[in-house]
Formats: sequence, C-alpha cells, structure tokens
Amino acid sequence: MAKKAKLSEMTDMFKDVDILSLEGVTIEGDIEIELDGLGGGFDPMLAAILGQENAVLAQHFARLAGIFGVPVGFGAPGAGAPAAAPAISPVLAAPKLKDLIPAKFDVANIAEWTTQIQEVPIGNTSADGGSRGKRVMLGGEKALPFFPDAPMPNRNQVTIDVFDMRLGLAKAVKENYDDVMDNPGEWAKKNVEKFNADMITIHLISTDPLIKDTSPKDAAKTVEDVLQAVDVPIAIGGSGNPQKDPLVLAAAAEAAEGERCLIASASLNLDYAKIAEAALKYDHDVLSWTQLDMNAQKELNRKLMKQCNVPRDRIIMDPTTAALGYGLDYAYTNMERIRLAALMGDEELTFPMSSGTTNAWGARESWMVSSPLKQDSDWGPREYRGPIWEIVTGLSLAIAGNDLFMMMHPTSVAALKQITQTLFGSIEAEPVDIANWIKAEV
Amino acid sequence: MKINSPLEAYKYLPQTNCAECGEPTCMAFASKLIDRSGKTSDCPPLVKEKKYAKKLAELDRLLAPEIRQVTIGVGERAANIGGDDVLYRHKLTFFNKTKMFFDVSDNMEEAALIERVKKIADYKKFYVGRNLLLDGVAIKAASNDPAKFAAAVKKVAEVGLPMIFCSFNPAVLKAGLEVAKDKNPLLYAANKDNWKEVGELALEYNVPVVVSAFNDLDALKTLAKTFAEAGITDIVLDPGTYPSGKGLKDTFTNFLKIRRAGIMGDTEIAYPIMALPLTAWMAGIKDPVSASYWETVMASVFTIRYGDIMILHSLEPYAALPEMHLAETIYTDPRTPVSVEGGMYKVGEPDKDSPVFFTTNFALTYYTVESDISANGIVCWLLAVDTDGIGVEASVAGGQLTSAKVKEAFEKAGFDLKTDTNHNTLIIPGLAARLQGDLEDTLGANVKVGPMDSGRIPGWVEKNWPPK
Repeated sequence: MAKKAKLSEMTDMFKDVDILSLEGVTIEGDIEIELDGLGGGFDPMLAAILGQENAVLAQHFARLAGIFGVPVGFGAPGAGAPAAAPAISPVLAAPKLKDLIPAKFDVANIAEWTTQIQEVPIGNTSADGGSRGKRVMLGGEKALPFFPDAPMPNRNQVTIDVFDMRLGLAKAVKENYDDVMDNPGEWAKKNVEKFNADMITIHLISTDPLIKDTSPKDAAKTVEDVLQAVDVPIAIGGSGNPQKDPLVLAAAAEAAEGERCLIASASLNLDYAKIAEAALKYDHDVLSWTQLDMNAQKELNRKLMKQCNVPRDRIIMDPTTAALGYGLDYAYTNMERIRLAALMGDEELTFPMSSGTTNAWGARESWMVSSPLKQDSDWGPREYRGPIWEIVTGLSLAIAGNDLFMMMHPTSVAALKQITQTLFGSIEAEPVDIANWIKAEV
Repeated sequence: MKINSPLEAYKYLPQTNCAECGEPTCMAFASKLIDRSGKTSDCPPLVKEKKYAKKLAELDRLLAPEIRQVTIGVGERAANIGGDDVLYRHKLTFFNKTKMFFDVSDNMEEAALIERVKKIADYKKFYVGRNLLLDGVAIKAASNDPAKFAAAVKKVAEVGLPMIFCSFNPAVLKAGLEVAKDKNPLLYAANKDNWKEVGELALEYNVPVVVSAFNDLDALKTLAKTFAEAGITDIVLDPGTYPSGKGLKDTFTNFLKIRRAGIMGDTEIAYPIMALPLTAWMAGIKDPVSASYWETVMASVFTIRYGDIMILHSLEPYAALPEMHLAETIYTDPRTPVSVEGGMYKVGEPDKDSPVFFTTNFALTYYTVESDISANGIVCWLLAVDTDGIGVEASVAGGQLTSAKVKEAFEKAGFDLKTDTNHNTLIIPGLAARLQGDLEDTLGANVKVGPMDSGRIPGWVEKNWPPK
C-alpha cells in the first residue's frame, strides 16, 4: 500500500534543509498529496497536465524524498524500506535531469489578418438563370490556407483542361485522353465523369493564326458543344494570341451567355477592356492574368475595377504558375505575398487565385525519358515522375494561397484533391497509431 | 534576431571604418549582419581586441537566429538545420534547407543495408550549376537489440553521412553512441517515458537530441524546456506526423503553431522541427507507388511549412527528385537576382562556324540551357535576350520576347550574324517557334527552330548542324 504524507509532516521533515527550490512557495493547510506510485509509474507528464503548481509540489516532494531516502510513497511494497530510495535509477543522481519542468504551449492568432478574401462564384444553376448543375465558390478566406486562425469557408477546386484540337502532350497525360482528343465535348465529359473534375476549362488554341486560325464563330460553337456535354461550370481560354484573343473570347462569352463562365484571360498586353466588357454583358467572371509581378497584378485588377467596372465578385487572379524546378520559387512567393497583402487589407489583391498547374508538364523531369546529363542519378520511369511533378507544383501553390487549379493528369487531380481536402478538414480517415513507427514494416 | 536595423547593430561595432572586414564602413558591415550575409567573426578587431569582448557577446546574442541552429553529423556532409528568423521566405530568406534522411533498419541483411546507404550517399541531381543531394540516414532499431543496432550503426557510419539513431530504448541508443562516438548523430527520441535516460545520453556524448510528444504541444514544450534547463542546447522537436485525415491536419496545425511561437520569441520552443513523412507507409495504402506519392505529398507540405528535417522511406526517383527540388525551391534565397545580364555568351571557344542560339535572361532558363549545352561538349554562341527575367514560353506569350527584342540584343552585344558567322543562321528555342518568320524578316538571317527543351539540343545539333 502506498503511504500518504501530510504536507505539515513534510515541512517539518525538511525544515532544517536549505531548499532553494521551495522558496516562495507558501504551503497552507493540511493538504494531502498522494504520492502513490511515485518513482515507479509516476507520470510527470500527467502531473504537468494536472496543473503546474501541484505538479511542481509533487515533484519536489518526490525528489526530496528520493534524496533523503524518506520512506514515503514510491510504491515500495511493504513499509519501512529506506533502502528503496537508492533503487531509483542512477540517472536521477545527476544534478540536472531530475524533474520535468512543466510548460504550457500557447500562441496567438495573427492580429494583422483583418480582411476577408472576396468570394467569387463560377457557374449559374437554373436558380441563377443558367444551366449548370452546380456552382463552385472560390475565396472567402480570412487566413492563409488551412491555418488555424480562421476557418476556410470554401475548399480548393480543380478544373481539368480540354483543348479544341488534338495536340502534342506528355505521353503520361496523352494516354488518358487519346480517345477523346478529337471531340471537345467527349473530352469534357470524360474529365467530369471519369476523372472527377469540379470544372472543365476549354482552351480555344486552334484560333491562333499560326495554328489553325479557327474563326471566333467556330470557336464559339465549340464552347456551346462543351456546355451541352457537361453541366459543371466552365472556364474558357484563348490561344494566347493578344490580337485575336479578345475577339475569340468575346464570341465565346456571347455563346455562353448567362452561364457565368470564367473568361481566361484579361492581361495588360491585350485589349482587356473588350474582354471585361463581354464578360459583364453576358454574365461571366474575368481571370486577371499577370506574370509573376504583384504590382502588375494590382494595376490590372485596378483597371478592371475602375476602368471596366467589373464588380469585385467577378474577378479571379492568375499571377502565373511556374513549374517545380523552373521558377516555382517565384510563383510560390508571389502568391504568398499577394495573399498576405490581401489579408492585411490591400483591396486591390483580395481576390481568389487560379493556377495553370498544367505548366508542370513543361518541366523536363515530368516528361523526358531520362536525364540529358550523364552525371545525374537515374531519373526512373517517367510515367511516375510526371504526375508527382504536377501534384507538388499545385500543392505548393495551394499552401501559398491558390484556390483554383487548372490541371491535366487524373492521378494528379486525385492526389491534389486528397491532400488539399485533408488539410481543409473534410477527409475522415481511420486514425493511425504511429507510436511504433520505428518497428513498423514499410 | 532581436534587432532589425543596421543602426542597432552599428552601436556594437568598433566604428573605426577600418575596412578589415572587406566593407568600406562599419555601417555597411552592420547591414550585412542584419541581412545575415555577414557574421561578427568577419570583424577582426571585434573578435581580437579585449575591450570589445562585452559588445561582441551582446551583439552575438542580439543577432542569434530566433530558431536554434543544430548540426548533425561531422565533416563535409554535416547537416545544419534550423536557424530561421522569419515565417515567410520573402521577409528575408529561409536558412538551412530541409534535410532529407532516409530510413534503414538494423534487421536488414548487411549487403542490402550497405547498398541502400550507398545509394542515399551517391544520389545526385544536377541543378543550376551544382548537385542536389540527399542528406543522411535514419537507422531504425527495429530489433530493439543493442548489439544488433550497434552493428548496423558501424556499417552505416563508414559511409560518412549524418545519422539519426531511432529508438525509444536508451540502452539501444547508448550502444549506437558507443560505436559512433565522434559522429555527432541525432538521437531519436526522448519522450515522456525515457527522457531522463535519453537526456543523460545527450549530455554524456554531447550529441543533438529529438524530444517527442505526439500531438501534445504542452508535453513537447515541457520536454524541451526541461532539457534546455539541464544544459542541452541542440534540441529538435517531434510533434508527431500523422499520415491521414484529421491526424494530418492536426500535425500541420502543430507545425504552424510551433514555428510561429518560436519566431515570435517563445525561446522555450524555438527549435528545429522534425517531420516523419514515412508514416505514409502506415496509412494502409496498398499500392507502393501511391504510398510513395503520399509520402512525397506529406514531405512537400512540411518542406513548405516549417519542417527542418525529415525521415523518409521511398528512394524512388519519382520521390527523391521532387522532394529535393522543392526543398531547393523553398530555401533558395529570394534576394538573389532572377536574371542574368543580357548579352552574348561563349560556350567553349566558338568561331565563325559555330552555331548561334538564343534564350532569355531568366536565370533558371539561361543556366539550364547553358549546362545542357556545355555538359554535352557543344561549342557555340549563346545570346541571352533581356526579357525582364521571364522564361521563353511566358515571354513569348507576354510580349517580352519579340523579334525586335532579339534584334536589339544582337545590336547591344555588337554581334552581327552576317559578319561574325559564316552561316548567317540563328537557332531559336522551340517554344519561340512562332517568332521564326518575323525573325527572318527582322534579322535578314536564316532562322532554324530548335527543340522545345534544351536537353534535346545535342540530338538536334547532331542531325541539323552544320546547315546544308
């Protein structure tokens, strides 16, 4: 049986000893301290949780008892066994590592994050006057993504690319789409039904005068086909030709009237006003695209709002995505800075962000059979390199603050959704006991 | 660090402008101290003269990074971790790239063990003028047998990489330390059950040690504080790394909170943090590629958000390559310029018959092209066109790379294709193919479209050069 020591007895016992560590501690009354199990199974961590003061006292007594061989507690079987004290591990005799010094962890939220990111919906359902089966909502954050300071209202969304013509793609990507590449509608359907796309993006690349010079009218027809084929919200992209894109996107916007598509993109080097005008006239959102330059992003957003009267809930930013190993450091930091500035109140930057994550496939590591440099270690099979390159590129930007991901490989889409939704907090999983990871077979 | 302006650092300097440090003035040197590109030891008078001793000590205290820097291992490949002063890389830069340690078990066959350790040691990936490497070996005491563990440590130690000893059994850790006394391994780990014994080992052998408390920051801080008070300085924190669901979200939150507290001045928890992405392999993912992917995903999350050192399992290139690149990405100093000087560069000793290429002055693009060409022994002219530091594809799309810009670059470099070459031919990046016609008109030269990726230049040259 464990013995019980009364505080008064303990105080008497040690009254002639100079115990620095007890200075300042006032002991009043006849508190009983259970020393049951001390020395044996005493759990100082538990004691720490029970309360700092109690723990300190309990530990002092445990230590003092140890030093003086007091026959109290220690879970020693039988009474009167002063010899039990030395049985404590010799380590205890060392001067410094005797007792846990309890500490409470605490950290404040970030006070400067005062401003909420604008919520921007994409897609009109029948209730909104469109024909989409659902609407996706981007933005609304009050903290960096997945941070505990404030709940994140909307999860990340993935839109999978569709092109309006057959084109050269990395082998690992192409084998997923080879059967639908001649039919944008079928391609879009596959993205939604088979690969779980939240949205699709139709890229009207054939309109480039140097590619097929498809007319705006024909491009608009493709958009109609895609809208017929799927009922998710869609983004509409041009070819990147600054002269033709405004014409193509205006025609596409008209064809998609009332569907609240994301028109990609307005930029400073083309007629952004024409694109903004078409977006407003036909009820769409505008993607505001700049190249790794926060100040240019502010300028373009300002122009869209002030010159073109685009309402705040229709602007999404694409500050440019560079692939892992090819400038992701700039893309990452650019997005993180934009998001931090927005949270701290820069009203020209408080918009959701979109990433052309597909750019990851431009990195040679994602598609090349082997390293062009002889001194490199083996790069291994490329079919596994590509998707993880796209995942890591996208995931990095998700952590920096990006909301919408334009992606290509089905495996990348699945993994990016899994991790972003895990950090978002919506993935339930059987708890894993990691206590024995050292011995676990892997 | 506790101060943030050169003026505050200047107060502690000799203020003689002796220039022995290489800077013209003490104020200039003070700026270097504040941006951490210089150290107090670079100032000879401050270090040598007794009268400055007090100031030096105080200055060192003020300049010490918020997060403790810890060294693991010895020699050329010793791994430094921690040492950070900011929560976001653009505020200064992150120091000491996240270190990747890969696991081995003490119950592996000796040949397999040695092969794996050598693979870890030799793995490399060339990147912008140097090699990215893996960092160390985590030896797991799966056997829980001190003799077996010591035998494995002995084998691993021969390779010379930094080591982590993984066991919660102090007797096992001690056996390892006995055979690797001068190797400065990291002990994993002290927890609520063994902290006294493991703490004693850290003190006795003077090695860094991990304190571990899964998903319990009070307990973690309690252990760290206890160790610090006992005189242990090199502490690493393990808040546990759960591989899925709410557990992983909690882990992410723990990393954020610990680092925020540390940077904001809570010295009791201002230590490097360890992540264990290899717990991905305990999450019940059957297919090994998917498990490896998930491990890389976890590694990525904690490379970005404050993991300073991690233990990983998959050595597949599709795991190691993205992991190494992401650590490089996050820890690259954002203050270094993004572009190279525009102009004409020589690769080897080119003459009038050598091919002429151009690329943009975005540093990554330029160095990638340059290394692809030079590593394959191609002698040529390489023009870096000033595109405001934007890569080829993006600058063509964005209008920073046009035929006029290329012409201007040639003129500025004083290079004339007609007189400085015998072939009057320019090879352009495949990603700038749409400029071909324009360029022919603007330059009055033959313009050939090169490959989309500079890694394919050697094959392209073989087939297409000299021009017929």
